[in-house]
Amino acid sequence: MHSEIVLAGFGGQGVLLIGKLMAYAGMKAGHEVTWMPSYGPEMRGGTCNCTVVLSDRPIGSPISKRPHALIVLNLPSLDKFEDAVRPGGIIVVNTSLINRLPKRTDVTVVTVPSNEIAIELGNAKAANMVALGAFLGASGLVDKASVTEVLKESFASRPKLVAINEQALERGFEIGVTQAAAVAAR
Amino acid sequence: MAKKLMKGCEAIGEAAIHAGCRLFFGYPITPQNEIPEYMSARLPQVGGMFVQAESEVAASNMLYGASGAGRRVFTSSSSPGISLMMEGVSYMAGAELPVVIVNIMRGGPGLGGILPSQSDYFQATKGGGHGDYRVLVLAPSTVQEAADLVIDAFDLADKYRNPVMVLGDGLIGQIMEPVEFKKTIKPEDLPEKPWATTGCAGRQRNIINSLYLDPEQLEKHNWDLNAKYRAMASEVRFETTNVEGGCDVLLAAYGTVARIAKTAIDQAREKGLKIGLFRPITLYPFPAEALAKAAESAKAVLVAELSTGQMVEDVRAAVAGRRPVGFHGRVGGMVMGPDDLVAEAEKLAAVPA
Repeated sequence: MHSEIVLAGFGGQGVLLIGKLMAYAGMKAGHEVTWMPSYGPEMRGGTCNCTVVLSDRPIGSPISKRPHALIVLNLPSLDKFEDAVRPGGIIVVNTSLINRLPKRTDVTVVTVPSNEIAIELGNAKAANMVALGAFLGASGLVDKASVTEVLKESFASRPKLVAINEQALERGFEIGVTQAAAVAAR
Repeated sequence: MAKKLMKGCEAIGEAAIHAGCRLFFGYPITPQNEIPEYMSARLPQVGGMFVQAESEVAASNMLYGASGAGRRVFTSSSSPGISLMMEGVSYMAGAELPVVIVNIMRGGPGLGGILPSQSDYFQATKGGGHGDYRVLVLAPSTVQEAADLVIDAFDLADKYRNPVMVLGDGLIGQIMEPVEFKKTIKPEDLPEKPWATTGCAGRQRNIINSLYLDPEQLEKHNWDLNAKYRAMASEVRFETTNVEGGCDVLLAAYGTVARIAKTAIDQAREKGLKIGLFRPITLYPFPAEALAKAAESAKAVLVAELSTGQMVEDVRAAVAGRRPVGFHGRVGGMVMGPDDLVAEAEKLAAVPA
């Protein structure tokens, strides 16, 4: 197993956090992992991304020009990274903020209204977790239970946030599983 | 101890604490701010002290004083800040004071940018400040290695009574990887430093100084220092990958570029091209002999750096014309991909010997 994932959105949407959770869960599951943030001179509301690599072998480059998967929470990120995804890969699109579908027909596209679901659950900030759940559901790359475990650990000082983030992850996960199964059936 | 997922910068800070260091003096600069941030939080927890100096110049002189008092001391900065510290580093080399300096390099010259670079190789390995001195330079390529080398750096600094630099770049500082701290040294278990200025009651005064107005004395001092630098040759470290049985192209790269090279090795294998990797871990002393030997089993050598060509000069000197030496560099914060290295290696392999 070797998978390179780019996660991108606006600064403040929590793409760095969900990347860290995925890397941390991957490490706990026994994989080699790297997490690389973009740390350019960005401002609040500007674009932000990170690259997570999960592998069964020691990881060489922590940067990926041809990721196996892309999770995008806003339109500029889809525009920027869509073409880079490897054929057969996965693109998770946050349809709450992205008003077009990917042009790519050689990848599995998972569409998820992350913000709407998060608002429905009572905390708009959990939109990132919905998208992460959708990716985990579609890819099966990291065990959902280990992500939940590291989520609890990471939010240990703010236990109130654990339940809502868990629900967000779960809702996204179901969408990911369903849509990936539909693509596979075609 | 279980593995932790840590940023390179945080792991460097934690490693310094595991090395028994309790004093940090520095001044913020991107992309290494997580080191002082981490130290400012952690040092008070372990009875240490964090001082944000008014400038890098001041920080390096604080290091001089604290090191002279016999304590393990540490600073970190990034390229422009390291340049400012160089006056103090020269004085510490002259006064034979152990200190660990971490440079998380960014693009230059001048203020340059904040993204990864390896453009301070010359400054790090050829002295850096004024005067005929050297510092031992260690170049990690993973977060784990950064942590391990920082701990070793403190031991080497004490062993040689000399500044030791850990040379990383913005990428190694910013990535997160699993890391484990294998060794913990308590400050109270460190050996005594009989030369330190710890109060001279009941003994002769210790003087720590780099001023020698008598030219004969200064010449002797310079040759004594030089003998120490030559003795450091025994600390040489390097890693080779995929060189057994010879290779088409031997890539020479350190730090971040070396790990990109490892991915390039795999990509090249699929194309039927055998790339080997020679990765210096000590940049000073430079593993010239080992590199020359590894180059003999290759058709050509390709040096890849995040600079316009600095380590390549040491590689050319080591290979001494026995093999063609090519160069591929990216600068300004741009980083090559594994595919770029494969393409460069293919070009070099296609040149008739």
